[in-house]
Amino acid sequence: MKILVCISHVPDTTSKINFTEGDTKFDTNGVQFVINPNDEFGLTRAMWFKEKQGASVDVVNVGGTETEPTLRKALAIGADGAIRVNAEATDGFFVAKQLAAVAKNGGYDLIIAGRESIDYNGGMVPGMLATLIEANFVNNCISLEVDGTAATAMREIDGGKETSNTSLPLVIGGQKGLVEESDLRIPNMRGIMMARKKPLNVIEPTDAAKETTAVKFEKPAPRGAVKLVDAANIDELINLLHNEAKVI
Amino acid sequence: MSVLVYTESEQGKFKKAAFEVASYAKEVANQLGTTVTAVAINVEDASELGNYGVDKVLNVSADTLKDFNAKAYASAVHQAATKEGAKVVIVSSSADSKTLAPILAVNLEAGYASNVVAAPTSTNPFTVRRTAFTNKAFNITEISSDVKVVGVSNNSFGLVENSGAAAAESFAPSLDDSLFGVKVASVDKVSGKVTIADAEVVVSAGRGMKGPENWGMIEELADVLGAATACSKPVSDLGWRPHGEHVGQTGKPVASNLYIAIGISGAIQHLAGINASKVKVVINTDPEAPFFKAADYGIVGDAFEVVPTLIEKLKEFKANNA
Repeated sequence: MKILVCISHVPDTTSKINFTEGDTKFDTNGVQFVINPNDEFGLTRAMWFKEKQGASVDVVNVGGTETEPTLRKALAIGADGAIRVNAEATDGFFVAKQLAAVAKNGGYDLIIAGRESIDYNGGMVPGMLATLIEANFVNNCISLEVDGTAATAMREIDGGKETSNTSLPLVIGGQKGLVEESDLRIPNMRGIMMARKKPLNVIEPTDAAKETTAVKFEKPAPRGAVKLVDAANIDELINLLHNEAKVI
Repeated sequence: MSVLVYTESEQGKFKKAAFEVASYAKEVANQLGTTVTAVAINVEDASELGNYGVDKVLNVSADTLKDFNAKAYASAVHQAATKEGAKVVIVSSSADSKTLAPILAVNLEAGYASNVVAAPTSTNPFTVRRTAFTNKAFNITEISSDVKVVGVSNNSFGLVENSGAAAAESFAPSLDDSLFGVKVASVDKVSGKVTIADAEVVVSAGRGMKGPENWGMIEELADVLGAATACSKPVSDLGWRPHGEHVGQTGKPVASNLYIAIGISGAIQHLAGINASKVKVVINTDPEAPFFKAADYGIVGDAFEVVPTLIEKLKEFKANNA
């Protein structure tokens, strides 16, 4: 089985979110970038398929040279090879188009992406990719087993979970549950050394028109200080929620 | 040319989000000077959509669509959009709608903006306001394609009453077998419980509850408020509560009107997932807990004393305001 894991290069959760160039660009100054958490759950599940079922695992990212350390980290965790599509990830459709080209050329059976990236939160790439390459698609995936070309996937739905039977080729929008947090791997020194020798191929983007443009970013208005209510005065809390916040 | 809206249902009844997206579609239709057509799948009675300004309803009734199937549902909405010549298609932000929207967008060759929180600020260029960076910023997005798909965040636009004819029309999309490559084998869902996605109020608890045996009061508080129950990540990792209740960055997102956090310190990953909630209340013994910086109302106190009193007082309040 050939697996492709799509890796988003995203600011760490604790990053300060600021914008530059007249609030049109994310300010990367002083920001630490990581593998998108939803992608990391998928990558770790892919490692399981590699170790238990002999799968090969490649990782891919659409981005500039600055994203290469994130791909190297994925290699250090255990991916066999990496591909970087040398283009700025302008919108979901553009990225899905690039990934579709990589997926088709590489003949991958299983493509694992995160359900959304923690920066732009679009949640659109996995579904678009599945449609472009005419593969089966399971989103919000929390469990995945593959046996030959048959797959069983569980997805989280509003208020519960649903199990489906499907087949390869398959695209997954993955999240926590594919593996647990405790299963995530920190690259060891050997992995980091080996990652340096693994292939990281840079390819040029295919033509694709973007359909959406982020024209401006805004930060929410600063919030007021918390109103503290005395623990002995619960009536006051109810009064505030009813008359001031109007939520009960 | 009408604005098409996919109004999601469950077991033959519309979800609350269906009325919110219908309200949103009406606003867009007003801006564009056109009408609203809804597409409803296996809904018994779609007339209620008239209250939110829907002019026409395409009723799809098909056994093959009994379970949600992303490609087949997307195809049904696609065919409805083509039939109506719709240039704008509105969907919600439920798990299912977020799954079908990207498929629909590719098939319609449409630009798709998800997480939209307000009416378009302009229809030419078509410009919407979306959340980004897990609610730490807004992204003003222009959609430049001819056809546009807009995903509206739950609980962001609200319900707006308007009158519409909601004239019912049967619609039978052609659904090829090839769409059904993913077949539902089983669904494990607690029935009769408010889901986190639909809830107006969410009662969430963390490690401060000391153990799963103490969740009775959390469930009772949720019951009194008609709320969904949720929990922090450590609580689901410890197995005290099911994973489906975990809210936060890697868990479920919450966009309720009221979010009550009990015994949750407020780690940044937790706050990222619940930030979209309008009013936040925190109950915690530690006045230094980071959650107090993110909350609107706070009580420094022991949950084991505060919660039972809160339940009792809320019961009185509900009885007096029924």
